[in-house]
Amino acid sequence: MNKNAMMCAQRVLFLVLIVLPVKSLLAWEVSGYSGIESLGFWEQSLENQQQSHYLSGVIEAEFYHEWNDGRDSLVFVPFFRGSEHDDKRTHFDIRELNWVTVADLWELRVGIRKEFWGVTESQHLIDIINQTDCVENSDTEDKLGQPMINLALIDPQGGTLDLFLLTGFREAVFPGVQGRLRFSPRVNTEQAHYDSKGVERHLAVAARYVRSVDQWDFALSFFHGTSRAPRFLRAKDYNGDDQFTAYYEQINQAGVELQFTEGNWLWKLESIVREGQGQTYFAGTGGLEYTWFNVFSGGADFGVLVEYMYDSRGFNAPVFYQDDIMAGFRLTLNDVQSSELLAGMVIDRRRRTQSYSIEASRRLGDSWKMALELRVLTQVAESDFSYSLRKDDQLRFELSYHF
Amino acid sequence: MIKQLLLIALFWVFSNAATAIEAINPRGLEIVTEVDRRDTGFGDVQMDMVMILRNKSGDESLRSLSMKTLEVVGDGDKSLTIFDRPRDIKGTAFLSFTHPLTADEQWLYLPALKRVKRISSSNKSGPFLGSEYAFEDLTSFEIPKFSYRFLREESYQERSCFVLEFIPQYPYSGYTREQVWIDSERYIPVKVDYYDRKNALLKTLIYQGYQQYLKQFWRADEMVMTNHQTGKSTELINKNYQFQQGLGGRDFDRNTLKRAR
Repeated sequence: MNKNAMMCAQRVLFLVLIVLPVKSLLAWEVSGYSGIESLGFWEQSLENQQQSHYLSGVIEAEFYHEWNDGRDSLVFVPFFRGSEHDDKRTHFDIRELNWVTVADLWELRVGIRKEFWGVTESQHLIDIINQTDCVENSDTEDKLGQPMINLALIDPQGGTLDLFLLTGFREAVFPGVQGRLRFSPRVNTEQAHYDSKGVERHLAVAARYVRSVDQWDFALSFFHGTSRAPRFLRAKDYNGDDQFTAYYEQINQAGVELQFTEGNWLWKLESIVREGQGQTYFAGTGGLEYTWFNVFSGGADFGVLVEYMYDSRGFNAPVFYQDDIMAGFRLTLNDVQSSELLAGMVIDRRRRTQSYSIEASRRLGDSWKMALELRVLTQVAESDFSYSLRKDDQLRFELSYHF
Repeated sequence: MIKQLLLIALFWVFSNAATAIEAINPRGLEIVTEVDRRDTGFGDVQMDMVMILRNKSGDESLRSLSMKTLEVVGDGDKSLTIFDRPRDIKGTAFLSFTHPLTADEQWLYLPALKRVKRISSSNKSGPFLGSEYAFEDLTSFEIPKFSYRFLREESYQERSCFVLEFIPQYPYSGYTREQVWIDSERYIPVKVDYYDRKNALLKTLIYQGYQQYLKQFWRADEMVMTNHQTGKSTELINKNYQFQQGLGGRDFDRNTLKRAR
């Protein structure tokens, strides 16, 4: 009897030992969202292939698995958007596929990842690790997954030094002929040019030291490799029609980020010096954010934001903002449905080009969310980088389900 | 001249009233110091939380999150809060370093942008995740954040209690005062009445299902916050308490914030 019980226990133990690793392999945590989007334009398009309304669908899932008490983890995030009319906007991307291992004084992160740098709100000057997903949303906040080896060295006193080896350059994808929010003439994505080849084109190195001391948060960063944002060259396609081609150059960029947090105030500054794209230039964004919390004891937060954007290349800079002021406000209701509203305007100090945007979102029930975005551009000067977008005022509505 | 002096003297008396009360009536501070002493030495603790938000008509909305806290001797505690539900904010994480006298340091991690954002810690009175809990109700307790007044002893739910008045000494609080019932045997809070800026009764918090961990630390399984002015309430259920799992400073830094779940 006793012997039987022993054997039984042994068998159970044996089974548990076999099943445990298998079970842990299967223990992937899945989350993500899926949504439909309506993107509408009410002005007559510049070119007649362009449409006035685009319906699209999106799905992004995250598969996550951890072991060793969370000191090792794997994450896989595939993304897909399918859009009417614009075949370039229909795109698949692996946003993340990486392994992270954690020790007391360091973390190693290997694979496809997304890494954000910066503190300001109006634009993200310093953020350079990932290529922008230029067909996803014109706010340029969406990024393509970047293959990398990232070693973080952690000082127990508070600072972190991140070292990056970026393995594989990713070209920007621009909207197709039938798409809106594109340059006119279009950018021919099949014909990008580079000033470098092979390993040099595909490998980049970067480093960033970030630290917080009392009310100050600061970071210093450096990047060497192929620029994520290209310059655009005018050319002719084989039909003799005008087109732009993207020209990617080797650059060096040094950056500084600074934030001072005091009471209801946030003071922010980020600035870069970059060489390799023509003349060495300097650019900066600085400003403040002030928030009134729990306004009239109603629970809502109301914040105002003002930022100034500068680029030393002036009118010739291939960027939207080079001497522009952004002013806006953020209303967060802090209600059960997490209702939020962000409204802002940007005005070019010299050329008077103005852009306005409103973004609002609200949860419906527990799992649904709706978002509305309105973007309007007025008095666009011919010399402005955004001149091609002057007829692309848009209203975007998205309904998504989160799981 | 004498009138002016008198005014200055009066002003001085009023501005020091809180301290004066403590000097005359030190029992409040003594009790709170004992509460704090008995809860010292937990080291670190982690737990899962479920919040059930109810409005006047009884509609419910659910939040689930987990929280890790590290006791810091000689300074305020560090805490990391990770959101799991609703799903659209899954992965959002909130890191807070509390300080007894200076402003707290707080960072928010936004998973969609992979962005760590330093945020203002002046948001004390605003609602946490749309619930009836304000940020200040959920931050770690530090003695210098209030001044104390002993009011009376009375029994509450068949337990003898000290009734104390807590007056927030930190800026941006949404309360003029809190009335706190402290179990005089176990030295733990069992009920709190919150009075708003107009000194009207705003909310009541009731602690239920206290359990003792490691033969020392009392934690409530359930905390119900009722807002008397709106009729809304939030039930907070605390589960899976784990003490002294060996957490350290590294579990409360920017790098951990980015992969917290």
